[in-house]
Amino acid sequence: MSQRKAVALISGGLDSMLAARVIMDQGVHVEGINFFTGFCVEGHTHAIRRKDRARPKRNNALWVAEQLGMRLHIVDIVEEYKDVVLNPAHGYGAHLNPCLDCKIFMVNKALEWMEEHGFDFIITGEVIGQRPKSQRKDTMPVVARESGADDRLLRPLCARNLEPTRPELEGWVDRQALFNFTGRSRKPQMDLARQRGIDDYAQPAGGCCFLTDEHYAVKLKDLWASRRARNYDLDDIMLLKVGRHLRPRPAFKLIVAREEGENNFLRGYRKRFVHMEPVSHPGPLVLVDGEPGEQDIRLAARITGRFSQGRSAAMVTVQVTDRDGGRRTLEVPPLDAGDVPREWYV
Amino acid sequence: MMERLDARGLFCPLPVIRTQDRVAVMALGERLEVVATDHGVLHDIPAWCRINGHRVVESRDDGSEVTLVVEVGTLPEAPNHGP
Repeated sequence: MSQRKAVALISGGLDSMLAARVIMDQGVHVEGINFFTGFCVEGHTHAIRRKDRARPKRNNALWVAEQLGMRLHIVDIVEEYKDVVLNPAHGYGAHLNPCLDCKIFMVNKALEWMEEHGFDFIITGEVIGQRPKSQRKDTMPVVARESGADDRLLRPLCARNLEPTRPELEGWVDRQALFNFTGRSRKPQMDLARQRGIDDYAQPAGGCCFLTDEHYAVKLKDLWASRRARNYDLDDIMLLKVGRHLRPRPAFKLIVAREEGENNFLRGYRKRFVHMEPVSHPGPLVLVDGEPGEQDIRLAARITGRFSQGRSAAMVTVQVTDRDGGRRTLEVPPLDAGDVPREWYV
Repeated sequence: MMERLDARGLFCPLPVIRTQDRVAVMALGERLEVVATDHGVLHDIPAWCRINGHRVVESRDDGSEVTLVVEVGTLPEAPNHGP
């Protein structure tokens, strides 16, 4: 019998790493697949914020693949994923996280990859009860059915609590050497990791997607409300990860860099926005998103002054650049901290 | 002539994905020069090369831009090659 092949959904966390390892240890050829949605926490934010630069950075999915000695295929799904975020058939979790639809979508994409590359089955690191929205006993068959993977979807960490799948029934893997983990405890996974000699892994699970973040979700809803349309592009969702966001008036929002790394990041976007920078004092680059009127520009300049080192000065000179590149300077009194209401912060 | 990939302004993992997609249509032994502004590529592209059988033959960091030259290699087919 030729060696069977499985494609493993690899997030970079411990569960998917263990699932792949357990199946590799049974003699199956495993390759990883990792999806880039644009909402991933790792990578971007580390790169943007300069203070994090001293820390060693790694892409956890690549790191897992290297530890396991398997190939990894990273797939850009930013465009296709929009429909999952905007129209989740199974609804959202606590914030804007469409976890169940996301899992169905990713397993379906893995199925397409599997069929295109002549692989036999798909594995995930799902554990019954691990996640309240997407990893429940009753949602496991939903993912298998609606993704189209059906009995070619194997969850090695909780397989013995589920109906046998084709890889088990056909003897491609030994069901008795799979696991029956349930619940939110991480201990069984940590014990298994130790047994298999895995002592370094990313944690915690669940912190990998900005859509599960309350503050991020608020900013995305604000974006939709201000445009009167639920849509986004990659730049939109990148910019929501960066800077302070203040909406003093419905017509415009300010994105204020918090440090040098963010300043550099926002500089890459400045031609798309009216933007301003203090010139009389050191201070942040500020993007103005929306359609500000002349009074709005003046208010934005005063807020820019507030976040500059001239915040205590009587006046601050702010350079304003329009989208067409036209420049002018405004001399304004910086806004007092007390004049920036909390509700302006998005 | 060496092929060139401009990944400036992209944040990881996008430079890795673009490198992966270009290398997929290149021949064994050909080289791809990748220019990026996200310093994360200094970790991620070599890691991606190691697990997929390619080689980084040159790596330069001038502060604002990073340049890597990837030489297309190959891995033996299944089974997994192991850690």
